[in-house]
Order: sequence, then C-alpha cells, then structure tokens
Amino acid sequence: MEPILIEPILTAVGFMTILGLTLAGILVVANKRLYVFEDPRIDQVEDLLPRANCGACGSAGCRQFAESVIRGDAAPGACTVNAGSMNQLIADFLGVAVGFAERQVARLACAGGRHVAYTKASYRGVKSCRGAALVSGGGKGCSWGCLGFGDCMTVCDFGAITLDSFSLPIVDTQKCTACGDCVEVCPKNLLSLHPVSHRLWVACLSHGIGDEAEADCDVVCTACGRCAQDSPEGLIEVKGNLAVIDYSKNALASHVAIERCPTGAIVWLEADGSKLKGRDAKKVIRKAALPTA
Amino acid sequence: MSNGTSQDPPKGAGGTWRPMIARMLAGLRPASARPGGHGSGLLRMFRKRKTFPHGIYPVEHKEWTADKPIRRLPFAPVLVLPLAQHRGAPSQPLVQVGQEVVRGEPIAQAAGFVSVPMHAPATGVIQAIDLAPTPEGPRTMAIYLKVYQADPQQVLFDTGHDIDSMTNEEVVAAVQEAGLVGLGGAAFPSHVKLMPPKDAVIDTVIVNGCECEPYLTCDHRVMLEQTDALLRGIRLIMRVTGAKRAIIGVEDNKLNAVEQIRAKLPANLPITAEAVESKYPQGAEKMLIKSLLGKEVPVGGLPAHVGVAVFNVGTLAQIGDLLPKGRGLIERVVTVSGPAVTNPGNFMVPIGTPVRFLLNHVGTKPTLGQVILGGAMMGMSVSSVDVPITKGVSGVVALEQDEDDPARRQVYACIKCGECLKACPINLNPSMLGELAQAREYGVMAQDFNLDQCFECGSCAYVCPSNIPLTQYFRIAKSINRERKN
Repeated sequence: MEPILIEPILTAVGFMTILGLTLAGILVVANKRLYVFEDPRIDQVEDLLPRANCGACGSAGCRQFAESVIRGDAAPGACTVNAGSMNQLIADFLGVAVGFAERQVARLACAGGRHVAYTKASYRGVKSCRGAALVSGGGKGCSWGCLGFGDCMTVCDFGAITLDSFSLPIVDTQKCTACGDCVEVCPKNLLSLHPVSHRLWVACLSHGIGDEAEADCDVVCTACGRCAQDSPEGLIEVKGNLAVIDYSKNALASHVAIERCPTGAIVWLEADGSKLKGRDAKKVIRKAALPTA
Repeated sequence: MSNGTSQDPPKGAGGTWRPMIARMLAGLRPASARPGGHGSGLLRMFRKRKTFPHGIYPVEHKEWTADKPIRRLPFAPVLVLPLAQHRGAPSQPLVQVGQEVVRGEPIAQAAGFVSVPMHAPATGVIQAIDLAPTPEGPRTMAIYLKVYQADPQQVLFDTGHDIDSMTNEEVVAAVQEAGLVGLGGAAFPSHVKLMPPKDAVIDTVIVNGCECEPYLTCDHRVMLEQTDALLRGIRLIMRVTGAKRAIIGVEDNKLNAVEQIRAKLPANLPITAEAVESKYPQGAEKMLIKSLLGKEVPVGGLPAHVGVAVFNVGTLAQIGDLLPKGRGLIERVVTVSGPAVTNPGNFMVPIGTPVRFLLNHVGTKPTLGQVILGGAMMGMSVSSVDVPITKGVSGVVALEQDEDDPARRQVYACIKCGECLKACPINLNPSMLGELAQAREYGVMAQDFNLDQCFECGSCAYVCPSNIPLTQYFRIAKSINRERKN
C-alpha cells in the first residue's frame, strides 16, 4: 500500500479556499456597488394578482401591472381577472382606491353553426380556420361566417372557448379574461371584446341582403331594418346591409329591438351568457348538420 | 461518419435517380403526344439544357391541350368584373347601373399608380355594381355586365397609336391605359415593372415562356399563334427599359414554339430564344434568371437589381397586339383541362366569364371534384364555380373526385428525410419551417428561416413522403405575420 501524500491535498484545499474567498469578495463588492433598489411591494402585489399574464389589463404581464399599480398609473380594479376581494386586498395594502374596470368578454358575431349555415364546397386541407380561409375562403356559403375549425379554441390559454356540436365556438364568460388572443387569430374577424353590460348583440357579420343572404344561412341578418325602426333613434343603424349597434347609446338598449327580427340574428344576451331570441324569430329545430352542397 | 453517409453510393444514387427516371419518362412519351415531336427521348436525356438546381418533375399532361388551337368562347349571359382583379388599389367604376356600354369601352379607371383601368369585354348593359364571389374567398365589389347576345360585338373603342413615335413615358402610360397586368398569374400591373427603381439599370429583358405548371398550354399556344404580336411587344419593352438584349426562355417540352420564334426573329436585333430544362418551377422569375443568366436575385431584391426585367409571353403578346390599336385588355387565353373535362382546350375567354359557363361549354364528367383556377401546382382551388375568370387566370383545371382519397391525405410525422430541402428551389429548410409552423412560432419562421422568401411553389409538399401540407402551413404563417405587422 502506498503512503498517502498529504502535501498535494493541502495545496489543493488551500488553493481552492483562497480562490473561493477571492471570488466571494468580488461578489460582495459587486452586490454592494451594483445594487438596484426594487420596491418590495411589487413582489407582494404580484402575489395577490392571478399571475396569468393574460394581458387583459393592457400591461405585458402581472408584474408590469403590479409596477404600474404601485406607481399609481393603474387602479387595482383594472385587473378584471382577479377576484374582487383580492383587488380590495391590494387596494387596502397600498392605501389606494380599488377603482373599477368593467369586465370584458370575447363575443362571436356569428351564429351560423353547421345546422343553419349552408356549405357550398367541402374543404379538405389543414384543419385550421386560417388555412381554410386562404383556400377560396373555406367551403361555407356565407363569405363572412365562422369556419368552425376552432383556431380560437386552440389559441385560448384559459380554456374559455369550446366548440359546440355544430362547430360554433362558445365563449365561457366566466373563464374569458378578454386577453384578445382569439380576436387576433380569427381570420374572419368575428370575435371582438365587449363589456359584459353590452347585452344587445348582432350575431352576424354578413353584408349580404334579403333572400340571397338567407339562402346561405338561416340566422343571417337580412338587413330588413326592423330592429332599427323599433329601437330608440340612433341606437341601431343598418350599414352595408348589416345592423350595427351604437354602444355609446347602450343605456337605451332593450328587448324591443330583438322582438321583430325574422331570423333571430339580433339577440339579447342574458347574464349567464345564454342567448334570447325575439318573438318573431323563426325556430330552428334542425338538430343535424346540413349536407355539403 | 455522418459526412461519409452523404457520399454513400446507394443514397447518392437515390438523389439523382428520381429526376433521371422522370427525364426518361418525359422522353419516352410517344412522339405524337409531344408538341412538335422533336428528337428521340433517349437523345434528349444526354442533351444538357440550362436549368436551376433543385425543383421537381410533376406529371404534366400538357399533351391534352398542347395541339389545340385557341378558339373563341361564346359570351356568357352575364359577365362579372371584380374591381380588384390585379395587385394594388381596386379600380374605380366609371359607369352607372343601367348604362349601356360598347365592347372595349373603359368602365373603370385606375385608382393610383399601382392600379389599372378596366374595359367592357362585351357590348351590353350594366346590370349591377355589387358584391360578387371571388376565387380568393371574400366577396368584393364587381360590375355585372349583361351581354347583348344579338350584338355583332365589334370593338369600336380604338384610338390607334403609332408606337414607333411614342416616347417612353407615353408607352408606360399607354400600357396602364390598356389595363395590362401580368398574365402569368400574378396579375401585377405591367406598367409598374416598366418603371424600375432609380438605382437599377436594366440590361436584359427575359421573356418567360416556360409555363412549368402542369396542364397549362395557353402560353405555348400564344407563342405559336401570336408570334408577331409577341415580337412586337418584346421590341417595345426593350426600347422602354433600355435593355441591350432579350432572351425568350422556353421549356424544352415546347421546342416547336422555340423554332417558330427563331424562324421569325429579326436578324438585326439582339433577341434570342433559348430552350431550358422542363422542370417545375422553371417559370418562377427568380428561377428563370438563375437558369438563363446564372445570376441570383438578392434576398428581398427585385429582378431589376440584377439588371433584369421578366415578362410573361402572354403579357408581351397583348402589349404587342393592343398598344398599336389603342385598345384595352378585354379577353385572355385560358387553358381548360384536367381529367374531369370532356373536351379540354385553349380558349380566348372574355374577362368576367363565370367558370360555370366555361365548364359547361367544354363539358365535365359526372365525377367532377376539385376545380382549380391557374395551374395545378400554384393555382387556387375555388369553393364555387360562380367565380369569374379574371385577368390573372391562366387556366381552369378540373380534377376528378376519386383523385382525392382520404387515405392519401393522411398526414404522418416528419421523418427528416430531407426530400423537401432537395426540392426547394430557393434553398429554404421546409422541414424546419414545418415543425415551427406546428408549434405556431410564426415570428421565428420569418426572422430566422426566411419564410418571406418562399413563393409557395409547392415543391416541398409535393415530394413530402409524410404528406405534410408544408405549403399550406407557410401560407397560414405568412397570413398571420402580415396581420401582426398591420
């Protein structure tokens, strides 16, 4: 057995100790000299936020929002995703008013599911709305309608969008954070963000007119103008063969506008997100998808 | 070792076998099926033609229509004339509903420099100015023209130009006035190409008679039947651009067109006709420049930056025909072909003719499935046959239903075989781009992998053994990137 040589071990240990101390010294100096003061409240406020980084408030993420709340640029209430009690906690902690921002949700301006909207060609490419839209606008008869491949569902980080049995996206108003990802991804620009208080809604973007438009979809806005006639002056206007609601006059909106709509394109959205159609709207009893022409 | 495998004999041979077999098959087709039928197939195999690297050899089926002379199509009852038939700003209507128009009369004017006017393709009455379906999908404004069927349909609107005494500026203005756009498919206003960037000097005009798309033979027929107008157009364009020479590039499956042109070439002018290899996408302008001159257009640059202007033969034949007469573009040559067409052929079609009318005229089989406007590779599948033939439509290809069997469309995972890299004519990495597209990394595709250079020729998707719809992925990615930029 060979004798253990102590000297190299001591040299190594000694060298490593000196090296470690030197580097530690540099770190100590760097830490002192390069120290950046960060408000400790940012971390605390961020802890009280949902940390979903959804961007609905307009900031890039929750930390940026926390910073602007502490600077006083935004009120805690501007985060519509957080529970009200949590925003109140932030407000109490910082000693500011909680503020109020109305919750927004994404809404789809189309009701043309496979059971009411006719198709004129079968699309067989990539299962994506964007892809279908690039191939002659997809196979749908209506050039403006929802293609139903669920790009919005794929892009939603919150699982707030699901496709119903007729391939029409349904937005879960409880889960929707109004981040706007679906608005960006929709190739037909059918989705938009609206405050939940906007209850009167035109679920159609078709610029077609009359019977011609109705030949493509049973629930199309035919531009008959009854909703505009029945509602208070200026609330609804028919522009480019489509009823358009002026939401600056939202206070005037009522059920009256939807009652005489023959197709049920204009609806009243209940608080739970369900759609209420007017008295004269034709009843759709078809439960199966329409065949491809 | 990885270096060794790439030079491994079986693998290396696999790379060259495919084009060789394709070339042999192309050569071994019966002579009667080839236009002109020059040279034996085996001899052609050893003849070296100018070409570009990569690319593919799709089945062409040009023999179905190559020897069918251009015939005039009757007028449809109603012509649909979209205001945006060209790239750039849509034209502005000059007519009102109910107004009677004479064949050749201007019915819409250009809205700015990158825009062209539109002329009435028939004598009739304006029925409506309304939304109409387009091949691209969204409905756009269009003029509906009800044709007077009993009218002799003479073009009474011709001002007549003495093109030899016109200044260059007058020629450019006259080209715009004639409503001319690139008839190869891009539909880019031709007069804009005649005004190259200030820093560029054009020394060569390349006349694109490749027609590399399967099925299409309209340019082939134009070269055979409108040779004089074509040469007149070339001379005019050479004068305006100041080019010292012109080269007519034609794929070697159309040698009779090359001979016809050579026979009529004026001896005192530096115009030559050259045969290039029949290979897709030889007709893409960057590929043809590479083949004929060996020059590469820089990334993000125009052909003008290497001193070249490229024009399609159809466009130049129209310039040569319309400018001296002072008329507008009211009709174009369209190839109607495909397995689902009973009587394929080449037709002089009035602009605005609905595809349905055209297909009824040639007759379709009950098995009619997909209808494509343009060529089978880069053309546009249409969702409705009510869309009109516009200035940029070079062909209508009707496929049969059984040609799209769902089992053949099953998409498998990328096996990293590299076939797409060997096919891409501009040396992109479609495999990588495809994986990024599936991960929705559209920004990375554009920034790091030159997505914007892709001109969607479809070669990568054509060769992919896993059936990955690469080209469609790229189109989706480009569409989203465009939207994000705005």
